[in-house]
Amino acid sequence: MNTSRRIVVTSGKGGVGKTTTTANLGAALAKRGKSVILVDADIGLRNLDLVLGLEKRIVFDLVEVAEGRCQLRQALIKDKRFDSLSILPAAQTREKDAITEEQFAAIVERAAEQAEYVLIDCPAGIEAGFRNAVAGAAEAIVVTTPEVSAIRDADRVVGKLNDRGKPIRLIVNRLRPAMVRSGDMLSVEDVCEILAVELVGIVPEDEEVIDTTNRGEPIVLDEGNRLRTIYDKIARRLEGEIVPFTNFDNPSIFGRLMDALKAG
Amino acid sequence: MIDFLKRLFGQAGSSATAKERLRLVLMTDHLELAPDMIDAMKRDLVDVISRYVEVDRDKIEVNFEQQDKALAMLANIPILSVNRPNGNGTAKKPEAAPPPEPVAAAVATPAAEPAAAPPTSAPEAGAPPTRPRRRRRKSQAIASSAKPATAH
Amino acid sequence: MHAMQQNEPQPAAAPAKSGRAIVVTSGKGGVGKTTTTANLGTALAQRGAKVVMVDADVGLRNLDIVLGLESRVKHHVLDVLEERATLDEALVADKHTERLFLLAAAQSREKDEVETEKMRGLIASLRERFDYVLIDCPAGIELGFKNAVAGADEAIVVCTPEVSAVRDVDRVVGLLGNRFRPQLIVNRLRPDLVKKGKMLSVDDVNAILRLPLLGVIADEPEIIVTTNRGEPLALRKDAPTGAAYHAIAARVAGEDVPAPMPQAKESFLERLGSLFGGKRG
Repeated sequence: MNTSRRIVVTSGKGGVGKTTTTANLGAALAKRGKSVILVDADIGLRNLDLVLGLEKRIVFDLVEVAEGRCQLRQALIKDKRFDSLSILPAAQTREKDAITEEQFAAIVERAAEQAEYVLIDCPAGIEAGFRNAVAGAAEAIVVTTPEVSAIRDADRVVGKLNDRGKPIRLIVNRLRPAMVRSGDMLSVEDVCEILAVELVGIVPEDEEVIDTTNRGEPIVLDEGNRLRTIYDKIARRLEGEIVPFTNFDNPSIFGRLMDALKAG
Repeated sequence: MIDFLKRLFGQAGSSATAKERLRLVLMTDHLELAPDMIDAMKRDLVDVISRYVEVDRDKIEVNFEQQDKALAMLANIPILSVNRPNGNGTAKKPEAAPPPEPVAAAVATPAAEPAAAPPTSAPEAGAPPTRPRRRRRKSQAIASSAKPATAH
Repeated sequence: MHAMQQNEPQPAAAPAKSGRAIVVTSGKGGVGKTTTTANLGTALAQRGAKVVMVDADVGLRNLDIVLGLESRVKHHVLDVLEERATLDEALVADKHTERLFLLAAAQSREKDEVETEKMRGLIASLRERFDYVLIDCPAGIELGFKNAVAGADEAIVVCTPEVSAVRDVDRVVGLLGNRFRPQLIVNRLRPDLVKKGKMLSVDDVNAILRLPLLGVIADEPEIIVTTNRGEPLALRKDAPTGAAYHAIAARVAGEDVPAPMPQAKESFLERLGSLFGGKRG
């Protein structure tokens, strides 16, 4: 399908939520009826499998596909909780130079023939792993938290993506609205102003996320969690729908009282 | 308790500081990533200044420094000579040089000299800044002051 | 000190005075290597040691901004290795703490431009001048990691209580090999979530990693504020997390001080609840 979307999820800084975003966004798209393949490009430090609870089902990996030791379909692991979500795990005992940009791009092309969305989980950094991941993609989602180091790294990555001519959208992750209100955290507006990239999602900090990673269950499966709606909104925006952003501001006195109580 | 009250009344905190610092550090990062742009800027800068005074192109230094809340460009441009302010031998008047090609304007004066034509022709635009042609321009410029801007 | 010409491997016999070179690493990004380096450096220097912190994250430097020194960096590691600047010109004195220095990474270069042998040589020269050389390692296990590890003779691994981080640290410990006996710092612990069974405990983490524990740091929103300002938490010895970093520094220095361990703070509602006799959650 040449209308397939090949999107790399990247950030520069590690630990801001690329893998969590890739997993949950992929799941949200799958729940909307799209066919999705997630590719873990973090060779040597794979985690996409773990986050989705699929680590015990790995038989083949990305590098083995690249080396022709197996077919793509043999390496793909279908997530049975969804109609059409599969992952291609990274190799764990190799390094990022085990595969070239061309090889990676070719694999992503093949995946794109089988799915409407291919999301690529990019490793931290801007070296070979990043270059490989980006080589396979036609668009990018940059994930950042509203913190100084993360934004600085995201800026560098945006520069590199611009050099490669990839359209970019931004997700601001792990937002803490109460800290924004108290002036202790940069706001989404601040981040957008600094990075000047189209915003596609705002995801608030949620202490359930760690637990879901521990259990290998993407948070979008939790009907009681607001992140489910949020990832669904991001999926809809990717599909071209205009969806208003959730308003996390709570300017009432009561809201501020609750913030203050919760904070301490 | 004080923290509680601060949060209650939304007192400005560290995010304003963070935003400022980020703005400045990203400017510096971008500059570090664009050495070609900086070279081109230096050349253009020097070319413009050369229309007014004669400068020592080999000893020019341009640095960027963070000063308190702003990023500043500091240029050290040694001046070799300043022509008399009026009449003969004036350096090119600003309006005589059409804005679109300041680089060409800067080299037009020496090109008007009868001698010393080779080192100073048009291909200057974009050429590296080490141009050893200052030696005789001063007197020649005065001598050929009668010539209007031949820049074009 | 113009020591960067050397390409020879580190001499087998250490010179008379030789500081300790400690790499701070993790594999996984975002777990707190840079924050740990900045705070540990601050605490060690406050105890009287002469400390240099080296940012090995070429291309994505952040140690400078965490320390509030971003406007003072004039030269970086590659300038020194490529002899465009001397070590003295490149070292940046910390704003807040005496005896503390930063050697910044290059922002506009790539990690593969650093030669491992030269990095080793640089760390060796730094060891002659400083009591502690702390090397802030980038995320990953590729060349950046290898270069950061090259000159070090000790390692601190930083891990958050999350399965992905534990997995990555485990891989890194394997890669560090027999040369190192890494010590562990568990970062960003949420005792309240551990109590609810929603986060791995320190014991859970160390049951897998089995490393000597230096200490545990709680997850605190205050860390974000301190990074906003460029003022490491260790500057506040009396605040709980500042004290924890000082305890870790003392342990690194060999003192027999217990490993800091954050306690679960009761939330306001819990305190309210316990006022009325019941214990919440």
